[in-house]
Amino acid sequence: MSEPTTSEPTTIDRDREPASGTPATTAVARPVRARPRWTRLVLSRDAGVFYALVAVIIYAYTQVPYFASTQTVGFLLLDIIPILLIAMPMALVIITGEIDLSVASTVGLTSAIMGVLFAAGVPIALVFVICLALGIVLGAFNGLLVTVLGLPSLAVTIGTLALYRGFALVVIGDNAIANFPPELTSFATSKIGATGIPVVMVVVLAVAVFFGVLLHLTPFGRSLFALGYSTEAASFVGIKVARAKFWLFVSTGFISSLVGIFWTLRYSSARSDNATGIELAVIAAVLLGGVSIFGGKGSIPGVVCGVLLIGTINYTLRLARVSDVVLSIVTGALLVASVITPSIVDWARARTHARRAAAHTPQKAPAS
Amino acid sequence: MVTNTATAGIRPVLELHHAVKTFGPVVALADGTIEVRPGEIHALVGENGAGKSTLIKVLAGVHQPDSGDFRLNGEPVAFRSPADSKAAGVSVIYQEPTLFPDLTVAENIFIGRQPRGRGGMISRQAMRAQARELFSTLGVPIDPDRIAEGLSIADQQIIEIAKAISLDARVLIMDEPTAALSGVEVERLFGVARSLRDGGAGILFISHRFDEVFGLSDRITVMRDGAFIATHDTTSVTIDRIVREMVGRDISALFPKAEATIGDTVLEVSGLGRAGVFHDVSFTVRAGEIVGLAGLVGAGRTEVARAIFGIDRYDAGSVTLGGAPLKPHDPQASIAAGIGLVPEDRRKQGLVMELSVTRNATLTLRSSLARFGIIDGGRERRTGADWSSRLQVKTASPDLPVSTLSGGNQQKVVLAKWLATDPTLLIVDEPTRGIDVGTKAEVHRLISDLAVRGIAVLMISSELPEVLGMADRVLVMREGRLTATIDRADATAESVMFAATHTTGSAA
Repeated sequence: MSEPTTSEPTTIDRDREPASGTPATTAVARPVRARPRWTRLVLSRDAGVFYALVAVIIYAYTQVPYFASTQTVGFLLLDIIPILLIAMPMALVIITGEIDLSVASTVGLTSAIMGVLFAAGVPIALVFVICLALGIVLGAFNGLLVTVLGLPSLAVTIGTLALYRGFALVVIGDNAIANFPPELTSFATSKIGATGIPVVMVVVLAVAVFFGVLLHLTPFGRSLFALGYSTEAASFVGIKVARAKFWLFVSTGFISSLVGIFWTLRYSSARSDNATGIELAVIAAVLLGGVSIFGGKGSIPGVVCGVLLIGTINYTLRLARVSDVVLSIVTGALLVASVITPSIVDWARARTHARRAAAHTPQKAPAS
Repeated sequence: MVTNTATAGIRPVLELHHAVKTFGPVVALADGTIEVRPGEIHALVGENGAGKSTLIKVLAGVHQPDSGDFRLNGEPVAFRSPADSKAAGVSVIYQEPTLFPDLTVAENIFIGRQPRGRGGMISRQAMRAQARELFSTLGVPIDPDRIAEGLSIADQQIIEIAKAISLDARVLIMDEPTAALSGVEVERLFGVARSLRDGGAGILFISHRFDEVFGLSDRITVMRDGAFIATHDTTSVTIDRIVREMVGRDISALFPKAEATIGDTVLEVSGLGRAGVFHDVSFTVRAGEIVGLAGLVGAGRTEVARAIFGIDRYDAGSVTLGGAPLKPHDPQASIAAGIGLVPEDRRKQGLVMELSVTRNATLTLRSSLARFGIIDGGRERRTGADWSSRLQVKTASPDLPVSTLSGGNQQKVVLAKWLATDPTLLIVDEPTRGIDVGTKAEVHRLISDLAVRGIAVLMISSELPEVLGMADRVLVMREGRLTATIDRADATAESVMFAATHTTGSAA
C-alpha cells in the first residue's frame, strides 16, 4: 500500500466548503467522519472476531491442560472441517439475503447414496462423481424454487431439509454401511507430517480461498454485495439477480455433497442421520463471523475466524469437561451476542456523539 | 412582512419562535419560526436541507427542540411524542402515508380508537357510518369497506386527512403532499385543503412546486440554512423574490442549455407497446439532442424508459440503438450497447445506499475493472475518485456509504456511474427530483454538457420549466400514448400541458 493514508484529513468541515457557487447543505449534513483505511481495518467487526479467537486460543493454551498439543490441532480441525467448508458458500448465500437450511440433509443424503452405491459394487471413483453431481442437483432444485418460482428460501429449504433427509432414509433405511477402502478412510483423518494438521485442510484452504476471491475480488462478488442490500438497485445496473442466487444455491449443494463424502470416510460410516443439525452450527458460525442476516454485509476472513472461534471454544470447554448442556448455552449466547453487538455499537456511538455535542456549544448556522 | 389578508390580526393557532434543534455537532434547525393562523393555507418553502422537515418534526412531536418557544392557541406546549401532538390537534400527513394494507379504510381511520358497541365490542356499523360521513364532508367518494392495499397514494392521503379530521385536528401539516400525485389528484387534494381552511383549520404544507405554492397558499414562509428568512402574503410577492430568498442569491441560469450539434439517430423506438401500460410509442433521439418526455404522472413515461432499458418486457414494437436491434428485457445487454438509465427513485433504484461512494460509482463497470476475472482494487478506487471529482461530488471520503450524502450529491453519484460507462444514450428519469435549487442547476449543466459531447439524452421530467429549458424537442405522453412532438421553438407551458391533458392532435 503506497498511498499515505495516515496523512489524509480525517474529517472535513462541511461548513467550510469552498464557495464554489453552490449553496452548501450544511444544516442536514450528517456527522460523519472518514477514518484512514488501516484504522478502519483494525477496528472492524472482522478484526473483533479475530481478536476474540486469539484471546480464546491464548487462554486455552496457557490455562487448559492438554490443549497445547498437536492432537488438539488435529481433532479440532477435523471437527470443524464440515462446518468450515459449508460456511463458505453459506456466507455468500446469506450475504445475498437468502438462506439454505437444507445443507445438513444434503450431507446425509450424499452419505446414504454413497454407502448404497459402494455396497452395490460401483467403483469408488464413480461413486464420488455421482455424489458430487447429486449435490449439484439438490442445490439446483433449491435454487430453481427460490429464483424461478420466487419462493422465500427460508420456506423452500425448510422443506428440502425434511425432504432430503427423508430420501436418505428411503435410500439406506436404518442401515449403516462401513467397510470403505481403508486407504481412503485413513486418508480422511491423516495428518501433514508431525504438525497435526489434517491433509484434508489443503482442500478446505483451497475452497476458502476460492470463495474469498470470488466474494472480495471479482465482479461477481461486487454484485453479490449490491444485490444483498437492494435487488432493485442491483437489477438497474444490469446484475442478473436470479442467476446469481441460483448458482449460489448450486454451490451450497455441491460443497455439502463434498462434506458428505468427507463425513462418511472420516467416521467410516454411511448413515441416513449423518450430520443432522449442523446447518444451525454453520449459520451460527457465519453470523458470528460478521455476516449480516439481513444481507449485504460480511467477509470470508471474518467467517473463517467465526468458525474457528466457535470450534475452539467448544473444544476447549469439552477438554475442561464442561457438559454438553453448558456448551450449547455458550454457543447460543455467543450467537445472540454477535447479532446484538452491531446495535449496541451504534447505540454507544450515538451516545458519544450526544455527549460531545453537549460539551461544546453548537456552531451557529449562518442566519441572515 | 405586511399582512392584509382576511386572517390578519387573528391570533395564530400555532406559533413556534426561535426553535433550535441540534443533532450532535450538526445544527438542523437554527431558528425555527412559523405562525399558522386558523383559516389559512400556509406554504413552507426552502431548498433541501433548509430545515423544513426538521421544523415539521418538531411541530409533530417527533423531535424535541433544544430551545425555543412553542405555543398552541397562545398556550406554551412541549410535545414529547407524536401522540402528544395528535392529542393537541396537530396532525401531520406525510408524503407517503403508512396505512395498514390488510385493514379496511374505516378500520385504518379508527385504528386504536374504534367506536365501541354493546359489551365493549367494536361496532363495525358505527365505524362505517362515521367513515362515510367523513368522506362526504371531504366530498371524496372512497368506500370505507375496501381494503387499504392497492389504494393510490392520493386516496391514502385523503384517508389520512379523514383520520386527522376525526381527531379534531386544528392544524394540518402536509409534507410535500403532491410529489407523487397526478394533476387531477392534486386538484382534488387542493379542493379538500380549501374546504378545511374555510372550516377554520390552519394548514401548513411543504412544496417544491411554485405553481402550487402560489395557486393554493395564503401566506408563504421561506427557510434557508435551518433558519427562518421571511413570511409573505402570497398576493404581494413574486416567484423571483422567493427564489432569491431561498438560495440567498440570484439564480441567473437555472437551465443553462448549451448549443449542441445534433448528429445521427441514436435511439429509434417504433411501435413500442405493453398491454395495459403504453401503446404504439414511436420516436427517435439523435446524438447531441436532449429530448424531453413530458406528461402527467401515470402517463406511462417511466414505463417506456424501463422497457427500452430492459427492466420490463414489452410485447409489441422494437428498439434499435445506433441501427442495431437492442435485446429486449436485458439491462446488461443495454448497458453493453451503450445505454445508461438514471432511474426516478434514487434511493431504491439508483443507488445501493449502504455501499460506499466508490462502489456505487463503479458498480456499472464491474467487469471492465477486472483483469483475468480479478478486480483491480486500485483502479476501482481511482475510477471512483476520478468520476466523483469530475462531477464535484461532495463527500468526506469516497469510502463512506452513499447514504451519508445529500440528495443532490447522491444524484451526482448516480450520474457518475453512468457516465463512467461512456454511454451513447442516457435516459434520465426525473433527474432533479428532491434536489435543492443550487445542485439542480449543476445537474442541468451536466446534462447539457453531455449533449454537447454528443450523447443522446432522453429526459423524463414532470417539471415543465425543466423540460422547456433543457429539451431540444418535447414529446408528450398521455394515458400510455404519445400525443405530441413539439420543437423547442414552439414548446410553451401551454402547448405541453394541452397535449398532456387533451386527447387528440398535436399542439404544435
